[in-house]
Amino acid sequence: MKKVMMGNHALSYGAMLARAQVVSAYPITPQTQVVELLSEMCADGTLEAQFIKVESEHSAMASCIGASVAGARAFTATSSQGLALMHEMLHWAGGGRHPIVMGEVNRAMAPGWSIWTDQNDSLSQRDTGWMQFYCSSNQEVVDTVIQAFKVAETLMIPAMVILDAFALSHTYEVVDVPEQALVDKYLPPFKPAIRLNPADPRAFGGLTGSEHYMELRYKLEKDMEKAPALIEETGREYEKLFGRRLGLIDAYRCDDADFVFVTSGTAGYTARVAVDELRASGVKAGNLRIKVFRPFPYRQVREVLGRVKKAAVLDRNCSYGAGGIFYQEVKSAVYSSPGMPPIFGYIAGLGGRDIMTDSFKEIAAHAASRDRADEEIVWIGVKK
Amino acid sequence: MRPKKAPKIVFKSPDDMPTMICSVGHQTHNLTGAWRNIRPEVDRAKCLKCGMCWKFCPEPAIEVIDEWPVVDYDYCKGCGICAVECPSKCIVMVEERR
Repeated sequence: MKKVMMGNHALSYGAMLARAQVVSAYPITPQTQVVELLSEMCADGTLEAQFIKVESEHSAMASCIGASVAGARAFTATSSQGLALMHEMLHWAGGGRHPIVMGEVNRAMAPGWSIWTDQNDSLSQRDTGWMQFYCSSNQEVVDTVIQAFKVAETLMIPAMVILDAFALSHTYEVVDVPEQALVDKYLPPFKPAIRLNPADPRAFGGLTGSEHYMELRYKLEKDMEKAPALIEETGREYEKLFGRRLGLIDAYRCDDADFVFVTSGTAGYTARVAVDELRASGVKAGNLRIKVFRPFPYRQVREVLGRVKKAAVLDRNCSYGAGGIFYQEVKSAVYSSPGMPPIFGYIAGLGGRDIMTDSFKEIAAHAASRDRADEEIVWIGVKK
Repeated sequence: MRPKKAPKIVFKSPDDMPTMICSVGHQTHNLTGAWRNIRPEVDRAKCLKCGMCWKFCPEPAIEVIDEWPVVDYDYCKGCGICAVECPSKCIVMVEERR
């Protein structure tokens, strides 16, 4: 069934179709409508779930952890300052191996107070042991929530499904809503091997001395390393049922490209238009949109970049003192491989400033004018 | 009472360990009562057997045995909440001598 819906409601529909059993959340712009719709679904019986109202995002994540450890499929959503307030509990969910799925609407961190998009909020949480999926259409949001539960519960690693504030969260698009019976076939009920159970009492997350802590973290890393293959495998399985493949990257016109943009989120779709326009003017451009940031798809990125002459990474974020965060990852992905192209780094679109096709043309022109990428941080669209 | 003689669990390899860290015996071997500087002592002559100390103990290191509160000194950290909450003031905090 096709429906016109906003990105926030695409998250709600994803959680509903995944049959989330516990939804615990605190409202924050621009995410509020995600849980508003889920609370309506819980109230009218569309979704058979416990909706928990809490006094903060820290408690929202804490109650999702409790629900998950008791064996329930748990979902929440947040943004920016709310995500930052969850930080301690994000480590708890990641380190404790509780496969929660969370919608995260990218909103710039304050101050200056902002409700508009950039990626610093979610990228600040990259080391918490969560998978991160950056989406660029409402269709991809619905599909990814369903897939994220499957991958998360297989590996016992939580996952964030991330979308840009307003550029996606409040933008209406046509979404082919997956059929419930097929989703049920794809995503069986959550049945953890160990759970909180009064008949078999256990203490979870207790004191772990130096004789065990390191092995716990080793196991988390090793399981995270299994995620890329599992995301591709479950993405192909998804395609068989729903006709849409879900993967780690989305390479657009990269096969014969000399020059590719490396992008994420909605900028990854604007880049496609820019690629078409550049191709019309004779530049053999392509676009490599990175969908999954954690685990980082090192091999897949290398495979695309090994075939091109130059690459330009666009970051809607900044790690102050080190530049764009995707840029750092992409450089580290290619560093030890021979025959890799120069890779240029650009920062644009912070705090909701628009990233237009002209922004990409400016990037392409800048990269074309240089042989080496010796400038670490190039800002696009900043007032001079 | 909690089992205190259980063998210490040591996993040989990551594959032996549960994915979620749980029930690895940390409470049976980490006797937090060693942190205590002052200890609660119950005067049964004044005790009302009301169970308030049991209810308020955050550890929880007070058990009710045959209706009497019994402090588990292996785990009591000596916070004194029981003494404060006791309505008949039958619990007195006494300095530890070591």
